[in-house]
Amino acid sequence: MAYLEIVGIRKTFGEVVALDEVTLSIERGEFFTLLGPSGCGKTTLLRIVAGFETPDRGSVQLEGEEITEVPPNRRNMGMVFQAYSLFPNMTAEENVEFGLRVRGWPAAERARRVAELFDLIGLSAARKRYPFQLSGGEQQRVALARALAIEPKVLLLDEPLSALDAKIRVQLREEIRAIQKRLGITTLYVTHDQEEAMAISDRVAVLSHGRIEQIGPPAEIYENPLTPFVASFVGTMNRLEGTVQDGREGLVNYRGIQLRVNAARGRDPGTRVFVFIRPEVVEVRLVGEGDGLKGRIFSQSFMGPVTRLRIALDQGGELIADIPSARAKALTMGMEVIATFPPDAAGILNI
Amino acid sequence: MRRGRSFWGSFWLLLGVLYFTVPLLATAEFSLRAGPGRYTFSSYLTILEDPQFRASFQLSLGLALETIVLTLALLVPTAYWVHLRLPRLRPVVDFLSILPFVVPPIVLVVGLLAVYRGAPEFFIGTPQVLVAGYVILTMPYVYRSLDVGLRAVDIRTLTEAAQSLGANWRQVLLWVILPNIRAAVLSGGLLTLTIVMGEFTMANVMLFYTFPVYMNYIGETHATPAAALTLISFTITWAAMLGILFLERQLGGRQVQIGGAR
Repeated sequence: MAYLEIVGIRKTFGEVVALDEVTLSIERGEFFTLLGPSGCGKTTLLRIVAGFETPDRGSVQLEGEEITEVPPNRRNMGMVFQAYSLFPNMTAEENVEFGLRVRGWPAAERARRVAELFDLIGLSAARKRYPFQLSGGEQQRVALARALAIEPKVLLLDEPLSALDAKIRVQLREEIRAIQKRLGITTLYVTHDQEEAMAISDRVAVLSHGRIEQIGPPAEIYENPLTPFVASFVGTMNRLEGTVQDGREGLVNYRGIQLRVNAARGRDPGTRVFVFIRPEVVEVRLVGEGDGLKGRIFSQSFMGPVTRLRIALDQGGELIADIPSARAKALTMGMEVIATFPPDAAGILNI
Repeated sequence: MRRGRSFWGSFWLLLGVLYFTVPLLATAEFSLRAGPGRYTFSSYLTILEDPQFRASFQLSLGLALETIVLTLALLVPTAYWVHLRLPRLRPVVDFLSILPFVVPPIVLVVGLLAVYRGAPEFFIGTPQVLVAGYVILTMPYVYRSLDVGLRAVDIRTLTEAAQSLGANWRQVLLWVILPNIRAAVLSGGLLTLTIVMGEFTMANVMLFYTFPVYMNYIGETHATPAAALTLISFTITWAAMLGILFLERQLGGRQVQIGGAR
């Protein structure tokens, strides 16, 4: 029995099925992320765990205890919202103190705990300020401290960084992760940003249309997506639709061109498959330097360390390749090129 | 050109000021008149020493406070719940809340009398029965004021934040929601005060001697004290209005979470 068990949750809003038989188990101290596009049901699931929504079917269990029907104020779960969740009539300090006041802690202990938390979030100087006097990043830090003050059994974060600008987002997510590790607090995090999910999670569940597509550590999800949705949603992915030609050698026919894909071994010839290739494993050469997928560069965008090339393949379709920027200088728009990839670097899924 | 514009600007401003002040100054002058060329405060003293003034004023003030308490007790949770849980019902409640505007007080009072026929004597026989009517009469103003206040804050997020921290409904309402709509609650209350202090029709038809009924009686019987009384009641209304403005200025700033998310 895991620390937090979500079993067979189904939730509908009118005709819309928000969650369909979702089952998850989260271990004590784990940083678990629900990742998916908007409308995939991730926030609904978080709200069910928090107690703000009641599922149509299924149950939520914490430390082996059924809590599906327990009202939110008796669940002891701290929650951080997207934005504007601090009480505007209270100072930062009073906000953090709120949960302790509700619990009837004596003033001296409250003060001690609040001081501890401001220390933790590094905002001791801003204790007496009102929310409107704080920047967005500071507001979210105070919101985090407020949620942590009650020593919650589970920390719930609902896209807490989505309203912040890029630089603060990266900085704050690292702080959140560091604090989480230090306190060893079980955390359920919701985001639509796959990079964020990869960067901070122990495990990630990818959701689409109310269903779980895949659960696993970030590296596993990135390297070995189990469904076409995960492959296309997590990171950038090339997808070529082909037919298995030779299951022993691992050959796939893509519109008349033979591709060597180790992952195709053991599949029956004639099976229709998607071949998945990450842009960073694609190699691009000038025409005449060996065999591969022939095409023409039609777009080139500089992304710092790498340059992203889009290649229109002669057979139809396109391929994205991320080339070290130093090497990309020799490759210009409109150039005819050959694209290849290592046979062990491509993934495969039956259609 | 520029000079002309400022001339006409001042002209219209002056005209506006005169429009509002001349009747008041005339009333003030009349209230102080004690014969040709002689002025005295005696009519003010007449009013302030009249036991009926004090009795009717106290009655109206008491009714106003009861109305405020009852209206807020009914409308704050209602408006909050509509905003939080029934946002789709908001247009319906908006419409319901302005119904009292459509029904003239005289119709309302006749209807109320019909409804309360046969009600126990302790209720129908005392001025308290007016409070029932006043609550309906002031509902549009109070609801509107609360509606604006609730719109200005993210009710749902604040409620959920408080709940997740362990607060029950009473704590959510008293510690989080009310302080954040304080200006709206106060302005709704002060509006109620001015309305009740000026409501004549219902009290008169139901034969209760409230402050406006007293004003009407004085107006019909004593000319100069009536002018004095008019100014006294104006002062009360103004004090309430200034109170609203002052409180909104004091509390308004804090309600808005400026800076937002950056």
